Order: sequence, then C-alpha cells, then structure tokens
Amino acid sequence: MELALILILVGLALLGTATAVAISLRRRRPELEAPPEAPPQLPPEAPPRPVALEEEVAPDVEPEPVAAPEPLPVDLEPEPVEVVEPEPVEGPEPVEVVEPEPVEAPPAPVRPRFRDRLGKARSLLAGYVGSILSRSSIDEETWDELEEALIRADVGVGLTSKLLDGLRDRVKSEGIKTPPELVNALKEDLTKRLAQTDEGLHHEAGAPNVWLFVGVNGVGKTTTIGKVALREAAAGRSVVMAAGDTFRAAAAEQLGLWAERVGADLVRGNEGGDPGSVVFDAVERAAARGADLVLADTAGRLHTKVNLMEELKKVRRVAERPPGRLTEVLLVIDATTGQNGLVQARQFAEAVSVTGVVLTKLDGTAKGGIVLAIEDDMGLPVKLVGLGESPEDLVDFDPEEFVDALFS
Amino acid sequence: MFESLSDRFEGIFTRMRGRGRLGETEVDGVLREIRVALLEADVNFLVVKGMVARIKERCVGADLSKSLSPAQQVIKIVNEELTGVLGGEALKITYASRPPTVVLLAGLQGSGKTTTAAKLGRWFKQQGRNPLLVGADLQRPAAVEQLRVLGAQAGVPVFSAGGDPVEVAAQSLAEAQRLGRDVLVVDTAGRLSIDAELMDEVRRVSEKVTPKYTFLVIDAMTGQDAVNTAEAFHATLELDGVILTKLDGDARGGAALSVKEVVGRPIAFASTGEKLADFDVFHPERMASRILGMGDVLTLIEKAEQTYDQAEAEKAATALAEGRFTLEDFLEQMQQIKKMGPISNLVGMLPGLPKEIKQAEIDDRELGKVEALIRSMTPAERVDPAIINGSRRARIANGSGTTTSDVNMLLKQFKEVQHMMGQAGLGGALARKAKKNKKGKKGGRFTPPSN
Repeated sequence: MELALILILVGLALLGTATAVAISLRRRRPELEAPPEAPPQLPPEAPPRPVALEEEVAPDVEPEPVAAPEPLPVDLEPEPVEVVEPEPVEGPEPVEVVEPEPVEAPPAPVRPRFRDRLGKARSLLAGYVGSILSRSSIDEETWDELEEALIRADVGVGLTSKLLDGLRDRVKSEGIKTPPELVNALKEDLTKRLAQTDEGLHHEAGAPNVWLFVGVNGVGKTTTIGKVALREAAAGRSVVMAAGDTFRAAAAEQLGLWAERVGADLVRGNEGGDPGSVVFDAVERAAARGADLVLADTAGRLHTKVNLMEELKKVRRVAERPPGRLTEVLLVIDATTGQNGLVQARQFAEAVSVTGVVLTKLDGTAKGGIVLAIEDDMGLPVKLVGLGESPEDLVDFDPEEFVDALFS
Repeated sequence: MFESLSDRFEGIFTRMRGRGRLGETEVDGVLREIRVALLEADVNFLVVKGMVARIKERCVGADLSKSLSPAQQVIKIVNEELTGVLGGEALKITYASRPPTVVLLAGLQGSGKTTTAAKLGRWFKQQGRNPLLVGADLQRPAAVEQLRVLGAQAGVPVFSAGGDPVEVAAQSLAEAQRLGRDVLVVDTAGRLSIDAELMDEVRRVSEKVTPKYTFLVIDAMTGQDAVNTAEAFHATLELDGVILTKLDGDARGGAALSVKEVVGRPIAFASTGEKLADFDVFHPERMASRILGMGDVLTLIEKAEQTYDQAEAEKAATALAEGRFTLEDFLEQMQQIKKMGPISNLVGMLPGLPKEIKQAEIDDRELGKVEALIRSMTPAERVDPAIINGSRRARIANGSGTTTSDVNMLLKQFKEVQHMMGQAGLGGALARKAKKNKKGKKGGRFTPPSN
C-alpha cells in the first residue's frame, strides 16, 4: 500500500462529499448560478469553453420582455460582431492546366431519390430480407431473421420486439401466410408510423423565421445548414446565416464558404464568443434587410454536458424573441448513430423543444433505423434526409422510400 | 428506459447473488439479459451472437469452479469474454528507425479526425517528439483552417497545401525533413466506405507516405454499422488500430467491442472530451471493467498520481487521522480534485457510488458554489465551524451569493464526512501510512481498493 492509495481514499471520500453537497445545493436552488471561481491551475493549453455568466434567472419561463431587446452582453464589453456581406461570387479563375474534374459539378437536373442514392448501400440488408422472402413459410427462423434485420439497421431491441409482437398479432388476425406478406405488413406498419407525423418545414410570413440547428459533434450541422441555405435561396427566400458555432475552430469559416456560395449574409462573432449574441445580431440583420429566413448554426455538444445544454437553451430563448420568429428547431442526427441517438433526441428535445429531425449521411452503409425509435418514443418527425455530399442530396423525408430502403 | 450496460449487469447479478444455484434455465435468463444489454450498447449483432454463445458454453460447460458462487462465476466469465474481445494489452507506439514516423488517420465524416489529429500531435509532443500535422482534408470547407487553429493551440506546426491530397501528403514528407520533424500525423477527409473513388484516394495517400500506423477514427456513438465501416477501411488500408472518439458522452461504446472483434486490431487511443488534453492511450482492461460496473479505478488513480500534490495529500491525511480535518483542508482537496478534470468524468470512474450521484449531471461550476461558501468564511470559522451562528451564517450566505440554508447544508454535510472518516477508522490507518511514507517516496504502483 503506497502513499498514492492514501491520496485516493482521501480524494474519493471528498469527491463523494463535494458531489453530494453540490447536488443538494443544486436541488434546493436550481436557479442559482454561482460564478465559477477562476482556478489558477487551469492548464494553459486548454481554454475552458466560455459560458456566459449572466444566465437569466428563470430558466424555463417564456422569454420575459427585457426592456428593449439588446444584444446580450458578453463578459464586460459588448462583443464586436462582424457582418460579412456576401462577396460577389467570382467566376472560376482562369486556369491554364486542364483540370480533370470541374470544381463545381453541373447541377443535377433531377433531385436524387432515396432509391437511386441508397442502391449501392443496400446490399447488406437486402441479404437478410432476401432470404426471408425466399422462405416457403413463416417459421421461427423467419422471425429471427426479421429481428436481425431490424436490429442491424439500428432500430433497437426495444422497438424491434414491439414491432415483431404487433406483427405476430397481425399474422394471427389477418391470416398472413407467406414471408413476402409478412415483410409487406411490417413495411406498411413502419410507413404508417413515420407518416403520421408532420414532415414539412414551417415558414410563416411576416417576420424573419429562425431555424435553429442542434446536435452532437460531427453529425453535419454546418454542412446541412449550407445545403438548406442553397435550397431555400433557390426557392426564392433571402437567407441570413448565423455562425453560432463559436467553439469549433474554423466553423465560422466553413459556414462562410457556404454563405459565399449561396450569396447569403453571414453573421459571425468572435471565436469563443457568445452564440446567443450572434443569433441575435443575425435576426436583427434579417429584420433590417427584410430577409425571410435565419439559419442558425450551433456548436456540436454532447447532450450530457449540462452547461452546454444550458447555453443552448439560452440561444433558443434569444432566437424566439421578436423581431424573429422561431419556427423550426432541427436536431441533426447522423445515420450511423446507434442507440445513443434516442438519448440524444430526448435530451435535446427536453432542452430546446426540438420540432424535427434531419437525418444525415444516409448514403453510407448505415440504415438510420434509430429515427424509427425516436419517432416511436417521442413522435418527432424526420424532416430532411442527407443522401450525399452535394447540395441537391439534401431531400425531403419520404417515409415510404425510407422504409423501402430499409428493406428492399 | 435505457440502463447503462454496467447498470444492467449489476441488476442481473444482484438478482443472481441471492440464489444458491445456477441451473440451465437461469443461465438462459441471464444470457438473454446480457444479449439485450450488449445490443443496447450497440455491440454488433453478430458479435453479440458469438459472445453469448461462448459465454453460454462456458457457463453450462465443465469449468464450473467450486470455490466461486454461481453469480461470481458468470461475472468472471463475462468479464473474461469482454476483456478477450477488447484485446489484451494496450497498443505500444514505437517509432520508425528512419524518421519520420507517419501516422495516418482515416474515417467517416464527423468521426472527429481533425480534432484527433491535433490531440495526437499534442500527445506525441508530450512524448518528447517533434510532430508535424498534415492537413490532407481538402474536401470539407475550412478543415485545414480548423487544423491550423488546433495545431496552434497544441503548439504543433501544421503543413498543408492546395490541390490534391496525395500531392500534399507527398510534399509533407519533404517538409518534415526540412523542419526536422520526426512524427507526421496526416489528417484526411471523411469518406464513406462505399465511395470507391475516395477510398482509392486515401489508399494512394497511404502508399505515398507509407504510414507506420494507420488508425481508423470512430465515434463511440456509432451503431451497428461500425463493423461495416471498419471492415471496409481495413480492406483498403490495413488498419493498425482504432481511435475511439466522443467517449465522454453517455454512449456505451459497444462499437469498440465490435470493431475489435471483427477487424482484430486494438483500440489504440480514446478521446474523452473537447479539450486537446482529453486524450489518452486506450486501456482495454479498463473499458471491460467499466462495462462490468467496476468503475475505472485505474484511470482515476493514474490521474490522481499525475495531478495530486504529494505534500498536500499527506497533510490532509494527517489532518484526517488526527481528527482535525477542517474546511480549509476540504477546500484545498477540492482544488486538487478539480485539477484532475471535470467532476462528472471522475464520478463516472468511481465504483460503488450510489446511482443517484452517478447519474446526476454535475457541473463543475456547482463545486464553485461550495468553494464560494468556504471562501466566504473567516479562517477561524473554517477551523471551527461550530462558532458559525446566525449572523455569521447570513454573512457567509451574502458573501457567497447563496442562502443560509445552503450554508447549513454544507456544514451538515461536512460534519457527516468528519464523522464518516472517524467511523471508518480510516483516520488512524491513514496517519500510520502517511508517517511511513513521509520520506518522500514517489507513489508507485499499487492495487486498487477492493470493494
């Protein structure tokens, strides 16, 4: 037994205590936000993620009318927010060398459909269902294979058994005899579930609408916003982009490149600045310009990080203040996400009342079955689907095609 | 609805502990639970199938030991299986005899390659190497810019150029030579495993730089598809290992198990936070015990060793032993603990803590509240909290921006700790050890406390 063990024992006891104290304090006074002590020993190379200190006092209350809407102060001095005018898009630079591929692909004339896009990725699942379909009757193995197909599509154990139980009842009551009928019945059921919910993106005339994009790190929020901006601009809406991801290095640059491409205004703040003030300024700017839509990016955050989720709540409160009108809060989920996606959806929905899901990266081998679990659990509709890298690969969600892709 | 894998196992095994014998039906029930738990943790379907079959065989089979209770036996078998799948030893990084040692990172979009590249750069720098980060992700807008910013934070130079990733990779070798850099960390664009063109591109990058290590960067939240991705990348690039990112979330990380089982390559590193320092060599045996709900005591101890001030700890131990552990000492200990990283990370590693505490989301700022309370006390009050009367309470509450009931809460809790310490007889033991070790011996290896 070494000295280190002593440290640990002491440390553990204290850690436990400190935690218990902290928890009980929080429970008693959830609204109290003590300013963090600035510990002198913070590692210099790891700047703590800045969190605005001046949390409003009542968290989940409707945005109280603050005398006049003013930019939320950050630290002590107002944050300079730079408004980048869209630069005139330059034509392709004269290039002497013949490029093997053009920088920008000619716009595809037709939007790709699920079927075209997913074709190459479908072989895996087709394998199982294929073998189910070739069976002569419905036996235990059929059920096992169906279960395997659903679980491997990330639908999850819970929903899978629920679906299969329902299916067993239908087999009895409707006299389903053959495996193809069985698969069809399942597809029908899934399609019906997904189609129940409202899939459209909401836009109300008369004020700059704000669509807020949230999600964990690396799901494709910034790229999705870029694509949505192109889409909406093509539909005749004037768009302002708010670079609310002030945390990830170069996130604003990434969005800026999209803004240039779209010809949209980009509003950005300082790196590490307050995302709320960026969104606020974007809304102001949109109102001043009479723009239709503000697309607000946020930094990716794990739903387990309490302070970051608090920050996000604040961004939402800012976004719904007049003159803006918050009409969509979209949770971006990566199709490769496993069962954790459901936890993500719950946490984000609780924090910022998500209105819909954007399912990205569905053009890979992942099936994105987690959205079924999310729909089942929370009734959250999928609104958009990302099927590839190019802008036109962001398409409206179509339940029937999605389910087809899951099983065909 | 979801219980974590360890909670689930804990639940199963608590139920089993009550039983004397383990029959075949019981084994089946337990196996069903294990299967569901593993699937909910995103372990691949086929991997689960294999594991459950092996566990069953061993449970029902001949190796029923007489010295262990049935529950202990199952725990032991499951633990061995998990550890077996996750792979024996941690990957040991060695360096090319002729520098530079090239490390190539590949993976899907959004798995965290760029951040990982910077973290790896920092890690190599800490190992006393001279790394160079290479931005070969020319696909995603501003990816190179992101790498540059992160590189600057890590104090590691970044090289990139326009044009073709394969060209950039080739140039980076010369650049490393020129700058006298002995480790190259090459960040590549995210790509789908079924994108033949881009997979071919990364293969050409790899041929150009002939990496010593090729790592697949994979998100801990990945579901069933992790296996397909890993297989495809392995077929193209011959992976040497996997880097698991975003482990700081609440994803169970079953993908790690699956990938290890299917590709047969170790998880080399794990990333556990957004800061560049939240990154370390992956320890399979720790992950297995974490999954089994034994906590991650080893990591915790290592962290403590790195950050804890020996003298402070001795002082605290002695104070505890002699029953004069004051709020002042408590404050100092809190400072030490804070150095070890976010509290929620630490709490997750602790075995045997009540679920309520483990699941509570703990914000480090809340500890700040406790600190503020203590800092608002006079030295005399910190040494002898008994003198804190009504008016002192009000003053402390005002000074710390809290309420008197918060002050009461803290004092009550503190009293309980003191009591607990005394009761556990911890004090005396600690004092003896502290005295014995006072010669300034550096804390070495030791076994974690059994619980």
